[in-house]
Amino acid sequence: MTRPPVNDWSTDFDHLDPRWVENPYPIWDELREKCPVAHTERFRGVYFPSRYEDVRAVAYDTEHFSSRRIIVRETPPPRIPAPPITSDPPEHRPAKNLLLPAFTPDAIKQHEPRTREICARLVEGFAGKSGCDAAADYAQEIPVRVIAVMLGLPEEEGDRFRKWIHEILELGITRPDILMKAMGETSAYFQVEIEKRKSVPRDDLITQLSRATIDGQPISEDHLLGALRLILIAGIDTTWSAIGSCFWHLAQHPEDRQRLVKEPALIPTAVEEFLRAYAPVTMAREVIKDVEIGGCPFKSGEMVLLSFPAANRDPRVFPNADRVMIGRKENRHAAFGLGIHRCIGSNLARMEITVALQEWLKRIPEFRLDPAAKVTWSEGTVRGPRKLPVLFG
Amino acid sequence: MPTLKVKVDRDKCQGHARCAALAPELFELDELGNAREKGDGTLPNALVEKAWLARANCPEEAIEVEEKA
Ligand code: SF4
Repeated sequence: MTRPPVNDWSTDFDHLDPRWVENPYPIWDELREKCPVAHTERFRGVYFPSRYEDVRAVAYDTEHFSSRRIIVRETPPPRIPAPPITSDPPEHRPAKNLLLPAFTPDAIKQHEPRTREICARLVEGFAGKSGCDAAADYAQEIPVRVIAVMLGLPEEEGDRFRKWIHEILELGITRPDILMKAMGETSAYFQVEIEKRKSVPRDDLITQLSRATIDGQPISEDHLLGALRLILIAGIDTTWSAIGSCFWHLAQHPEDRQRLVKEPALIPTAVEEFLRAYAPVTMAREVIKDVEIGGCPFKSGEMVLLSFPAANRDPRVFPNADRVMIGRKENRHAAFGLGIHRCIGSNLARMEITVALQEWLKRIPEFRLDPAAKVTWSEGTVRGPRKLPVLFG
Repeated sequence: MPTLKVKVDRDKCQGHARCAALAPELFELDELGNAREKGDGTLPNALVEKAWLARANCPEEAIEVEEKA
């Protein structure tokens, strides 16, 4: 697919432009100083605030900004709700409360041993070789398996899940036909699974959510399918991207790597810093009422790319924002969003990233980028390495 | 040294759980993962630094450290 090249990021940006996909940070740094709210006519009109303050203001403003569309696409598809992420108040709170208990730090702790076992098994699979693709062979495999376990689906279904995610989050930006087909397939898949649990309930999230009620009423089938689809998609792509970025950084910074090997207690702090510097997720909002943010008018009907990654690089809030400092103690980063749509999977993601680093560093303390191969990045609003060839030793 | 208190603004808290991770002595989470201060929030001198750390890491700026009246 060839897209017209971007000549001016402030008035004509395109987040699918290869330069943005490859390394968006210099573009955002420039915008932040020159044009803190950029705009493009592409995708039927999109705003891009790059300062923390403005991102925060949009995230908190549910009166002017709706979550009913959360991905900027070339052609807006018919509305496909995935509550609570696509819900606005007042429906949002009950839909979110339905999911929260399964994702508290205590609930997530129960999944830690299994996650550790998955990571250890994966590392053992390639530790004896000269290298691996840290994105495809490791980062990608972890969340797919953990989410499968939580939903009560076979771990081996990974390929199927990954195909849907690629179709929904990447190809679907410009190809509504592919998007709708993938949506249909996920629904059909979950319907079968829900049916199975009706006769024989299990100890998993599908069973739990199929019995969920709001105000004493069972939730609709659309609500249930939307929530399950959300958990599957949001639980995999984002975490895979975050884990991949950690390894991309460590493969190029031996001093940080050695420090984490020597001082494993620093891993949780480092994880927060990786999340800040390489935050994978940009959400979108639809402007539903004209409003002014950061001195710029936002017109109803257009979209906003709500870039938590750009906010996290704002030097007004984070000293040395462009530097990754794994010992950074004060880190109020917004990688998991701000306000009512704070990512419900944040505790799960933190656990997976931490365990992924621990288990790998224990067995493979030395690794670097393979100079003969190329790192590639995802396209779209979840950012992370898709191919990350590394050599061990 | 004045006595200090920590407090979670429950309207602002969105359950990022940073406070409970960084200062489990001072904060606890409810069944939905939202935070509240333990007990009446009195902050022993030995935990002042932890309280500031939790405050500096709360993305919603929901943690207050105040002088006790
Ligand atoms: S860190 Fe802030 S938002 Fe998160 S649980 Fe604590 S008080 Fe709530």
